[in-house]
Amino acid sequence: MPSPSLSPAAIALNRFGLGARSDDAAPADPKRWLTDQFGRFEVRPAGFAALDDAGLAAQRYREAQQAVRQMARQEAATDATDMKAARKDSRQDLQALYRAGVQARADSALATAAPFVERMVHFWANHFCVSVDTPPVTAFAGAFERDAIRPHVLGSFADMALAAERHPAMLLYLNQVQSIGPGSPAAARNPDRKRGLNENLAREIMELHTLGVRSGYTQADVTEFARALTGWSVEGLGPGARQGDPNAFAFRARQHEPGERTILGKRYAQPGDAQGRAALLDFAAAPATATHIATKLARHFAGDDPPRALIARLADSFTRSKGDLPTLYATLIAAPEAWVPTPTKFKTPWEWTISSLRGLGYRQAGRMQIATLQTQLGQRVWKPGAPAGWDDIAASWAGPDALLRRVEVAQRLAAPLGERLDARTLAPKLLPASLGAATADQISRAESPAGALALMLVAPDFLRR
Amino acid sequence: MIARRHLLSAAALGAGALFVSPGIALATAATERRFVFIIQRGAADGLDVLRPTGDPAFAGLRARLIGETPGIKLDAMFSLHPALVEIGKMYARQQALFVHAVASPYRDRSHFDGQNVLETGGAQPYVVRDGWLNRLVAMLPRASDDAIAIAATVPTALRGSVQVASYAPSALPHAADDLMTRVTALYEADPQLHPLWASALETRGLATDVGARQDPASLGTLTAGFLTKPNGPRIAMLETLGWDTHNAQAGRLANQLRNLDAMLAALRDGLGAAWATTTVLVATEFGRTVAVNGTGGTDHGTGSVAMLLGGAVQGGRVVADWPGLAPGRLYDARDLRPTAALDALIAGAAAESLGLDPARVGRTLFAKSGAVTPITGLIRS
Repeated sequence: MPSPSLSPAAIALNRFGLGARSDDAAPADPKRWLTDQFGRFEVRPAGFAALDDAGLAAQRYREAQQAVRQMARQEAATDATDMKAARKDSRQDLQALYRAGVQARADSALATAAPFVERMVHFWANHFCVSVDTPPVTAFAGAFERDAIRPHVLGSFADMALAAERHPAMLLYLNQVQSIGPGSPAAARNPDRKRGLNENLAREIMELHTLGVRSGYTQADVTEFARALTGWSVEGLGPGARQGDPNAFAFRARQHEPGERTILGKRYAQPGDAQGRAALLDFAAAPATATHIATKLARHFAGDDPPRALIARLADSFTRSKGDLPTLYATLIAAPEAWVPTPTKFKTPWEWTISSLRGLGYRQAGRMQIATLQTQLGQRVWKPGAPAGWDDIAASWAGPDALLRRVEVAQRLAAPLGERLDARTLAPKLLPASLGAATADQISRAESPAGALALMLVAPDFLRR
Repeated sequence: MIARRHLLSAAALGAGALFVSPGIALATAATERRFVFIIQRGAADGLDVLRPTGDPAFAGLRARLIGETPGIKLDAMFSLHPALVEIGKMYARQQALFVHAVASPYRDRSHFDGQNVLETGGAQPYVVRDGWLNRLVAMLPRASDDAIAIAATVPTALRGSVQVASYAPSALPHAADDLMTRVTALYEADPQLHPLWASALETRGLATDVGARQDPASLGTLTAGFLTKPNGPRIAMLETLGWDTHNAQAGRLANQLRNLDAMLAALRDGLGAAWATTTVLVATEFGRTVAVNGTGGTDHGTGSVAMLLGGAVQGGRVVADWPGLAPGRLYDARDLRPTAALDALIAGAAAESLGLDPARVGRTLFAKSGAVTPITGLIRS
């Protein structure tokens, strides 16, 4: 196998960043170039700030849906048709909001002065993932990344965990708003309508967001934590909620299961909201969480089977710094395992699209529909379909058909640019001192400038980082 | 030399995306027998799919989910979910067999670990690296094309030493021949990309005249199209999603099962005469809680139901050593207690479907999950 060798500058731009741009100078001090980005990150870029109000859109959808149900009960057929049209309109609003969110995400990734930090936003959004499988989550997905992930990407893990678990998107996605303490006043008031516990959010917090699967907790711990979380809801959207801000967390004391809880052997006697919060903060600081996060982070940079020594150092950094994320990133940037010259990762469809557009000189997505493009490439943005998020190993992305699609998309992206860009000079800029000889040769012999650009985007050197 | 490829007709990406991930995976083998594995990702509720209406505890536990429609009565104990109309007809023709209270060796409640155990055939998650379906393909006499698969990427059950291609319907325009030639040259020396690329080209050649829609019935028809090509694949895997019914299960599961029913009917109809030599196995990673939760759904559980469908299945029966639903009979005081091993069912069904020795198949597919005694008498030879 021709073993391509990446220069430190190419690694900083592509493995840590989101791909070089033609006007990027190769960084002279790659590590410094990365840490300097901590001061340049824009938390709330214009595209995200301009998104329509997700809570209101979700509320409108719910009202339209309730109206249709009511009409159906009253069998007023003529009005029902109008109502169904209203519901369809409000569903299309949600889709438009989702697509605008995806455009904002892509714009931010294309224009950013801090591509490494943007990459970490994508990493954490996939770690604390919601999946736009239902209308309300479809509305909230963009706001979730903007409000729960971006403000904390250079903060602490615990703050990000709290913001993510208490965001309407997560509370709705993992059914928390419907979970009611079986011994709570709300349940007692309505004994005929059997409402009760839903352990979905509790389990996924423990399994996926913090401690990690097989880290020693039991079914009883999950159920106890689910009881502690009862009452966590959305102000304007929970069952029966008629007013209030649909974008805000609410604690509904009447739905909270009374009494103290024992989780992983520790007693939680706090009243109300503080109980679930205290347990979550304990999980966020647990050694199992440090290892879980360290493993995922190491896998994202050092390869599908990350070195154990790197995992141990990252976990130690996480624990010592109490989950301070810039400290963790600094440990990663200092790690030789993350700078091995052989490419460590096969790009996911999202990474490949963004690095292609950056390489071709795009500063914004413009009229290009990024959501549609990602669907065609097999990785719908914010829709992994399961709370574990997207896989971060090559076997999940390097499939025969997936490869063919990248070739087809590359041709389409390159088609309008053949007059303006010369792949023979562009490719060495995107992969400074790293372009493979075979790739350079095939690019120089392509039948058209656009063909050469397309070939550059799907060359083995460019499919990996 | 690159095979001439043709545009597929209209594609409806995203339609039914909650039910079917855009993927079918297939493998060729020199046999006229066919084996299809349909995985239900997300833990399908076996107690709602095949309802133990004869169990005295059932009505009390599940009245809120069942409502007025107990389903299609199969025998004194079991009724089939009312959405499974076509599968009910298969049962009446003795072409459907159900195994209830069945589970893989996995006993915890994580979807991802549970699916990994189901697909690799290990006793623990992430211990075995390749999938049992890949090891099964390796046991078959090879066709000229080794193996082919169809899905944008390859599911775990089909990953392994036998190279598996993938295919999924696409709405993208095809790339120019010059680009294709140069890409082929660039990937030639790349051990990861070369085999992927070779099978992608080959598979698209096979898919020329098949429709490209992604609704469940069309995917059933598409799968049947591949399975009936003269030298085409004989092993297929279909992934279905959306079985994780934590809330509003009554409506959601009915919709899931209608989709599954439509896909299986289209597969049966598309296979035509080949249905007589086809076995379809439907299985999920684990079941769901016996009790209904506070949100009209069920949570992660243990025992569930598996189905065998096909022209040669010794069907028209439910195989179950019924553990009962009384409180003292439950697993962990909350789940259907497993009394049958899914591994034993898979080994027996795969062996008898493909004319292989059950004991050898059991050893090859499930060496790491302990002593598997394949269930036999499932398929007419």
